[in-house]
Amino acid sequence: MGKVLLWVEHDGAAIKDATLSAVTAAAQLGDVVALVAGEGVDGVAAAAAQIAGVSAVLKADDAAYAHALAENVAPLVAGLMADYDAFVAPATTTGKNVAPRVAALLDVAQVSDILSVEGPKTFTRPIYAGNAIARVESGDAKLVVTVRATAFAKADATGGSASVDAVSGAGDAGLSSFVGSEIAKSERPELTSAKVIVSGGRALKDAETFAATITPLADKLGAAIGASRAAVDAGYVPNDYQVGQTGKIVAPQVYVAVGISGAIQHLAGMKDSKTIIAINKDEDAPIFQVADVGLVADLFTAVPELVGKL
Amino acid sequence: MKALVCVKRVIDYNVKPRVKADGTGVELANVKMSMNPFDEIAVEEAIRLKEKGVVSEVVAVSVGPAKAADTLRTALAMGADRAILVQSDEDVEPLGVAKIVAAIAGEEQPGLIITGKQAIDDDSNQVGQMIAALLGRPQGTFANEVSVEGDQLIVKREIDGGLETVKLALPAVVTTDLRLNEPRYASLPNIMKAKSKPLATKTAADLGVDVSPRLKTLKVAEPPVRAAGVKVADVDALVAKLKELGVA
Repeated sequence: MGKVLLWVEHDGAAIKDATLSAVTAAAQLGDVVALVAGEGVDGVAAAAAQIAGVSAVLKADDAAYAHALAENVAPLVAGLMADYDAFVAPATTTGKNVAPRVAALLDVAQVSDILSVEGPKTFTRPIYAGNAIARVESGDAKLVVTVRATAFAKADATGGSASVDAVSGAGDAGLSSFVGSEIAKSERPELTSAKVIVSGGRALKDAETFAATITPLADKLGAAIGASRAAVDAGYVPNDYQVGQTGKIVAPQVYVAVGISGAIQHLAGMKDSKTIIAINKDEDAPIFQVADVGLVADLFTAVPELVGKL
Repeated sequence: MKALVCVKRVIDYNVKPRVKADGTGVELANVKMSMNPFDEIAVEEAIRLKEKGVVSEVVAVSVGPAKAADTLRTALAMGADRAILVQSDEDVEPLGVAKIVAAIAGEEQPGLIITGKQAIDDDSNQVGQMIAALLGRPQGTFANEVSVEGDQLIVKREIDGGLETVKLALPAVVTTDLRLNEPRYASLPNIMKAKSKPLATKTAADLGVDVSPRLKTLKVAEPPVRAAGVKVADVDALVAKLKELGVA
């Protein structure tokens, strides 16, 4: 078993759930050392030290690492990798941004979005939007891997008691700077960690109808709200609602697809949900081929009726 | 400022891929091939920057088989000025592609390199970031909006939970997300015109780049099939199912 450097994804205050799944994957490759990079991250490092399965925490506290700018953090990671056999990051937008830059600095081929660890250097990963699963073996001396969070159970966030050591890197590479962010604030559970998701498709007509139809159902079920790419492209909901190959990959306990036909690209993002429920007026819609429970009905009558009866 | 755009020939977006019976890959014979959709967005963005007077020349690059010339002709028909095909009959992994593009960037000295964020065949999402790493340039990945302000590039990025804006020093690398723009269709006259635009062909060896594969694909298989469930007759039956699942 080797030594694994794990990227801890956080927002400066809390650790993102995808990290916990990545810990589970990393533990299958060796001893897990968690890297917390950021500014003022004592709290995050302390939380990382409690994750079950993490044997040590490295804390890189520097203003240059505050927004995980790849230009600054990739050299930090690449430098630390002299002592590790693998770098593992969750396949979040941050992981996807940083890991390939690390891989190229190390002259290593990255294995993206793994679904399972099959051996010390062997993994499965989805290709063609999940329409095929490839089993690949790396021939490189070191591994760089991103982990599809929905494919691995989450490690316990507590129970561990790892030591925290400070590390430092070159800091600001002088190539990039953070200007600002627009993070949608919502009382709802986050899409990628929600137990129940209600998603709407193009059939919802417009932004007002989408909100008026989907929101009450999501409220009743305590659900996060998602959407198909068609609904996002049509402007019914913001980009970050998109579930699918190029949007978010989700696997909730229950996924309710409302007015979604079930294009390959959408199915790629949600077909690992435990139970899929579909409401669509077209009984031949492909979504019914993957749905556990299907209701062929006009959503504009069925959804309000459902809300009334819940 | 010159823009270099990377395009890949992939199985068409609307074709459902079939896994080969021997498990060595996905069937590509007699399957419709097209430009990777994210790369169309990359080409479109480069052309728009040229139309705005920010970019002076758009050079399209592809790494792939001889047929990838068709994909480059599409880029030329959309409005790219010239094209470079780095021909390889073997699949070149993202790291190899990045090394090739970095070598071409050494010759062409582009101010901006634009790639799709991922190709819809291997879904790796690596090449742009790797090019940036190899050249020591900043990267604006998953771009939703791009603008040039003097010697800086402002990129609004699609991230989990929303959008983030970063400022990058030019020269830089950008990878495109879906909503950066809507690519144009090439008009017939432009398709005709594209046939006479310059298209150079090289090999990785010409560029002095080693693209030996690092990964071995042991097997390609169909994903586990999800069996269709039941259809319920009405909303009442659906409510009963939701109660069974413990969510209502």
